[in-house]
Amino acid sequence: MAAWGFALIQSLLYLALAPLLVGWVHKVKARLQNRRGAPIWQPYRDLYKLFAKEARMAHTASLLFRAAPYIVFVATWLAAAAIPLLSTDLPTAAMADVIVIAGLLGLARFFLALAGMDVVTAFGGMGASREMFVSALAEPAMLMAVFSLAMTAHSTNLASVVEYQLLGEPFLRPSYLFALAALVLVAIAETGRIPVDNPSTHLELTMIHEAMILEYSGRHLALMEWAAQLKLLLYAALLVNVFLPWGIAQSIRPDMLGMAFVLLVVKLALLGVALAVSETLLAKMRLFRVPAFLNLALLLALLGLMSHVILEVGA
Amino acid sequence: MSITLALQLAEGAIGLALLSALVSFFPATIRRRVAMPLFTLSGLVALAAGLVTLINGGVATAQLPLGLPWLPWQVRLDVLSGFFLSIIGVVSFAVGIYAPGYVRGFEGGKDSLRVLGGFTGLFLAGMMLVVLADDAFMFMVAWELMSLSSYFLVAWHHDSAANRRAAFLYLLMAHIGGLSILLGFGVLASFGGGFTFEAMRGASLSFGWASVAFVLAFIGFGMKAGLVPLHAWLPEAHPVAPSHISALMSGVMLKVAVYGFIRFVFDLIGTVHWQWGVAVLIVGSLSAIIGVLLALMQNDLKRLLAYSSVENLGIIFIGLGLALLFLAEGHPLIATLAFVAALYHCINHALFKGLLFLGAGAILHSANERDLEKMGGLLRRMPWTGFFFLVGSISIAALPPFNGFVSEWLSFQAALQAWQLEGGVLRSIVPIVASLLALTGALVAATFVKVYGVAFLGQARCRAVRRARRVPLSMRTGQGILAFLCLLLGILPTFFIDLINAVPREILGQGLSQVSAHGWLWLTPISQQTASYGAPLVAMILFVALVLGLWLVGRGARRVRLGDAWDCGYAPPTPSMQYTGTAFVQPIRRIFGLLFQISDGVETQQDGRRRYYLQVVDRAWGLLYAPIARWVEWSSRQVVRLQSGSIRTYLGWTLATLLLLLWLVV
Repeated sequence: MAAWGFALIQSLLYLALAPLLVGWVHKVKARLQNRRGAPIWQPYRDLYKLFAKEARMAHTASLLFRAAPYIVFVATWLAAAAIPLLSTDLPTAAMADVIVIAGLLGLARFFLALAGMDVVTAFGGMGASREMFVSALAEPAMLMAVFSLAMTAHSTNLASVVEYQLLGEPFLRPSYLFALAALVLVAIAETGRIPVDNPSTHLELTMIHEAMILEYSGRHLALMEWAAQLKLLLYAALLVNVFLPWGIAQSIRPDMLGMAFVLLVVKLALLGVALAVSETLLAKMRLFRVPAFLNLALLLALLGLMSHVILEVGA
Repeated sequence: MSITLALQLAEGAIGLALLSALVSFFPATIRRRVAMPLFTLSGLVALAAGLVTLINGGVATAQLPLGLPWLPWQVRLDVLSGFFLSIIGVVSFAVGIYAPGYVRGFEGGKDSLRVLGGFTGLFLAGMMLVVLADDAFMFMVAWELMSLSSYFLVAWHHDSAANRRAAFLYLLMAHIGGLSILLGFGVLASFGGGFTFEAMRGASLSFGWASVAFVLAFIGFGMKAGLVPLHAWLPEAHPVAPSHISALMSGVMLKVAVYGFIRFVFDLIGTVHWQWGVAVLIVGSLSAIIGVLLALMQNDLKRLLAYSSVENLGIIFIGLGLALLFLAEGHPLIATLAFVAALYHCINHALFKGLLFLGAGAILHSANERDLEKMGGLLRRMPWTGFFFLVGSISIAALPPFNGFVSEWLSFQAALQAWQLEGGVLRSIVPIVASLLALTGALVAATFVKVYGVAFLGQARCRAVRRARRVPLSMRTGQGILAFLCLLLGILPTFFIDLINAVPREILGQGLSQVSAHGWLWLTPISQQTASYGAPLVAMILFVALVLGLWLVGRGARRVRLGDAWDCGYAPPTPSMQYTGTAFVQPIRRIFGLLFQISDGVETQQDGRRRYYLQVVDRAWGLLYAPIARWVEWSSRQVVRLQSGSIRTYLGWTLATLLLLLWLVV
């Protein structure tokens, strides 16, 4: 029961930290561009403002349009709750393994895309079309990448994968490197960052995620934005905790958790800096360059899986 | 004792189906009141028979007073038959409830409702006889009964030439497939020394002959199941039939083909080889990926659903291929897991494809429209159908917490055990198949976002759709039953897998003993350490969090203000400005373009207006069907040369044939 209680606390921590990561990335990006930038808690203020505001909806929108923000938010949150953040003693990770996490993210995306198609403007449909196009290519790469980790650990339970990493001697497996590279590419595509999508654009030629939520306002928009921030934190936690798990608590003890929290913040801050730097250096690419980008991810993931089953299993 | 009861129930179900066929030829008042209820009852009894068999296990046999003097028809009910009998039963039950309202739309039309009702009953009886048959002879007769009666159902709207063509193609392919199955049985019968399945099980075959029998059966049953590259007939034939029949054909008849394959390969041949597994895996993954891509390109809703059946059967055969591979390599536990995944997907596909075809039928019934590009906004016009169709779409897109996800999860779990195989080649085939399966899953989601978004959301693109009315209660109930089952199988997988476990226990010699070892909340196919999925918990948390979120966020919040959609300061948006289905899939069409035969361009019409046209054709036609058709035509033209018109030549040929036969015989 204590474990479930902790799982709840950890999932609330996801909610609390998600806007902070986005604020941090924005701040670093601003500094890199010689701007002072908004304070890093600006995303909290934005969310607060949106929740307080009145929601407006097109009268052509159906009930699904109103329900979608809640479904998207809850599904994303549940997916995040199954990824170890501070501790690997996590019953939600046994409830939802990596395949379920991918499924929950798929559920969120399904409703996000449907909401985009609901209002009679071409923007929403365009965004939905592009989102499903990108995710169709990204999803196999993501699954293959996590599968090579799962096969190594003989478990699809993420907590077990992390624990397996901690137990073994820290030697470098080729499959891990391939999986890491693939997962980074997938994370960029799935969270809608440059060079695949630009979260701060509102140009019809370039936007994907923003096009789908263009018609949302008020609390609905707040939920959609928060879900997007959660997704970024989810992928960041997946990357840092699976590939650099050192420091994560293996049982729920205050001292270990405190240590895990400090290390986690450091790791996430570094990842945020890396994201900001790459977004400053790179330009967004054309939509039809994205398949090449994601095929590379799939290829890397498959190579990782193959190098695992061919080289590492017998050894 | 109770297994004999189950067999009696199954015989009763067949009797009821035949009776429903007979009653359809009575005067209209009786037909309307009695025929479909009998059909529904038949489905319910078949479901009961199947469930009793699955729960109790065991085998029951009986002899029917039919057949040849030295080969009376044997029926046999075991858990494999029982499993498929319950699939037939549950979909027929829902279809039986749905059908009266749907068929009423055809009253007063020129097509005879007697013929429709009669062949529907025969069709159901044929399918049930196939799964009960215990000898090759009866199997083939029942198989033909199923194929022929469904031919008449496909040809029911026979006034359009395209429908007649589709029906003929269906008949032709069904018979080529049937011939192949017959030859396959022939191989087994000649080694086993008899046409009964009992004798065939005892046959000991060399690898070569076993492979011949396997290939023949794979072609025959694969043809019926619509596997690539033999699939091209399926999307022609299935959509042409009335929608409730399409639901039966796609949802159930394809499963009968899967039954035939399992019975033939896993039960009758018995000893399997890894080469077969690889062949089935390759064909299965090709079917899955090509099926879904072609489904994505369709704008005719029923055709799209038919192509999606090709994809789903591909997924089922991926499961069976994995089972063959692991079984041949000596890993029976993982083979069982893959086998259970395939069986679970059989039920799932029957449920959600049945549901989706019934939904398509409801749209057809109330708006008389099959073209997606003319639909839109149907969720407001038909809220219940819209809701059930959404459930079907989420289920088929393999998203939690619905049923499609469970079978996908099980398939991935089986594929993840590939490291146990011997040799790098086999070990690396499985991950590639898994990645194709993942790609397929993502593309299915795109397909059903397109279908649902274009048909049910947005605004109507034509008048008939704008005025669509909700369908009668009976039709909604039929859909509702299937939608409810989709959810039930999604959140309580442990119960259903415990039931299904009887099948691998009989066929493969063991079940998944660990599956519910940690309580009904946890689905643990191999062990708790390897993988677990708490489906009821996921569903519950999703539900509670949703309610909580609605309460927290929506509580006390001001009413949502309605206004126009943002129009960039130009003219207000009109329905024709919405994204179309064709536009939606354009990016995917562009990158997978090589797989289709695409012709598009801008043409000037007679009135001077310019119009964009686009045609996406299945490559199977050009690569496989057309050359065979040309070859058949060419060879028949050669035969025509015999026909000189002179009696002397004909007599000469007769004499020559006689001499040849004498020489051969004596």
